[in-house]
Amino acid sequence: MSESLGLLGIPLAILAGTLRGSAPFLFVSLGECITEKSGKINLGLEGTLLLGAMTAYGVSFLSQGAVGTFWAPWLGVVAAGLAGMVLGAIHGWLSQQPRVNDVATGIAMIIFGSGLAFFLGKPFIQPQAPQLFTFEWGAWSSSPQLQSALKVSPLFLIGVAIAPLLHWFFRATRWGLTVRAVGDSPQAALAMGISIFKVRMASIMAGSFLAGIGGACLSLYYPGVWTERISSGQGLMAVALVIFARWNPIQCLWASMLFGGAQALGPAFQSVGIDSYYYAFNAAPYILTLLIMVITCSPKQTLAGSPGALGKEN
Amino acid sequence: MSSSPLPNSPGSPGSPTPSGLSRAEAWRAPLESVLLPIGALLTALFIFGIFCAIAGANPFAVYASIYKAAFGGWSAWQNTLIRAAPLMLTALCTALPARLGLVIIGNEGALVMGGLGAMLVGLGLGTTLPPFAVQLAMGAAGMAAGGLWIMLAGALRHYRGVNETISSLLLNYIAIAFLNHLVEGPLRDSSFITKPSSAELNPANWLGTIPGTRIHFGLFYGLVVCVIAYILIQRTTFGFAARTTGGNIRAAKLAGLPVGKLTLAVCFLGGSAAGLAGMVEIAAVQKRINESLVSNYGYAGILVAFVSRHNPLATVLVAILLGGILASGGILQRSHNLPDATVLVFQGIVFLCVLYSDSLYGKLPWFRADAVSKATL
Repeated sequence: MSESLGLLGIPLAILAGTLRGSAPFLFVSLGECITEKSGKINLGLEGTLLLGAMTAYGVSFLSQGAVGTFWAPWLGVVAAGLAGMVLGAIHGWLSQQPRVNDVATGIAMIIFGSGLAFFLGKPFIQPQAPQLFTFEWGAWSSSPQLQSALKVSPLFLIGVAIAPLLHWFFRATRWGLTVRAVGDSPQAALAMGISIFKVRMASIMAGSFLAGIGGACLSLYYPGVWTERISSGQGLMAVALVIFARWNPIQCLWASMLFGGAQALGPAFQSVGIDSYYYAFNAAPYILTLLIMVITCSPKQTLAGSPGALGKEN
Repeated sequence: MSSSPLPNSPGSPGSPTPSGLSRAEAWRAPLESVLLPIGALLTALFIFGIFCAIAGANPFAVYASIYKAAFGGWSAWQNTLIRAAPLMLTALCTALPARLGLVIIGNEGALVMGGLGAMLVGLGLGTTLPPFAVQLAMGAAGMAAGGLWIMLAGALRHYRGVNETISSLLLNYIAIAFLNHLVEGPLRDSSFITKPSSAELNPANWLGTIPGTRIHFGLFYGLVVCVIAYILIQRTTFGFAARTTGGNIRAAKLAGLPVGKLTLAVCFLGGSAAGLAGMVEIAAVQKRINESLVSNYGYAGILVAFVSRHNPLATVLVAILLGGILASGGILQRSHNLPDATVLVFQGIVFLCVLYSDSLYGKLPWFRADAVSKATL
């Protein structure tokens, strides 16, 4: 199979991996972007991603009899977003209590969210849930690799559409301005009569909704199964990705595709028979994230685009 | 947490006197910092009970099972202490940097790197040296590997301003990928087919058990290291400098404290504790290195550090408590048909409750200056 393409298979597999693997990064990073714009960090999106993946898979599996195999996964996607929102509400409330650190809350939410996902997801590890449909953009080609590479999920396209929409939301709408005001200068927002608590709560919950959908991408599209290792740190990489993207939703899109591609390196080389460094290549996205943070961060000044109140006490 | 303030007993010996601090006055703050975490734990137990009830198990039977599996008898205690040993050490990986104001969560990665370092030295030395010397070298290698691993996160923080929480977490995944790469390739012992693993550590170099028990000497390591860490942080100028930096980094810089060196040193010490945990797990429990080394002791260690409020002595107690909870995972599965992730859910609930309890310091009526005595609590 793969020999027919030879080494050309590597870039093709990376392209395929980019299209498939960047969707969860995209949703989580957009969610984290909304959250951080309001001045709070949510490290717990790793747990949200896992709970979203489990919820989407479970709901899709359980509802397939009632609504059919076409709509069941979509019901799963919505349920994943709502499950994410519940976790977001806990994070939003707890991290805004006096003397409670949002980073520590995030760590707790990773443990709680993943625990909940593994607990409730135990029965869904074996059965096969109906998957989301994909657009077969490779149907014109006779190459099976190209066909499978160009299977594009509607969820990915929705994510691609949300990025510019979010950019417009923050730049041009009153609500977007409100969120930015709370994130940049809470005192000024308070003077304007804005409830900081409510705006941050809403931002964190909206962000968690998107992160939950990111989980649905994992379990209902690619890799399309539910296992306990399905997320393996993608929720956290997305947090780093937002820093790299300078809190700009459109740049989140490009960064997500870069990460999706990096993640595909190991499987891509394996597909052409180079598998002696399979696990080393699996570390590529983490190393890439670290390198990017080393390059973009600076000890002297806060980063351009960083919300002013980010990381400050309540 | 929601219980109403206790009625003040006017005749209690600790009534504050207008002249100054009475005994009760002096005890108020320490007592608060002990009772609030305990209250948080009890609240967590209560919420966990509701969770179990929803999942279809009788919460009281679950509590009883946890108690029995964790602390009900000598055999249960041994299981608990075996698990508590690595927890004490991994907790320090979060607790020590926390005193410096850093949130490091690379415990799992430091444990893995420590285990790898110890294993490489242990396999390399074989029986060329007496077992005691080999174990010493293994411990040193494990501590160096784990220490350098976390020091990297500290260095990135200090020199490049990289968020240490995210970088240390990424280092976990990198360490695990590195471990997998080594045991699937260069280190693999092809004669062992159960799962990709390294060769076995020579039995002469295994870490023994305390005579008459199943408890390995790793517990001893954990206790000693926690006491050393406590003295270092609370009783030395080094610890004072670290705590000052954690309290106010600008003031520390103005006072001329070497913030960079402190950051690197404290991160190294924290990482080396977790690295030692890796050595202990390899030499006393696993004997071969493979993916089983990644068994969540690192993540549980973060929880231990936060519950003990980053105090190395309190870490010992909390590690024993959590060791007991981890030890009860199996029985929850067998007797109550609850998935093994139940323990993880419980840890998450405990963590959230403890964080919330942090916001209650100085707020609860019976810890305010006008309250009289809470010894009856």
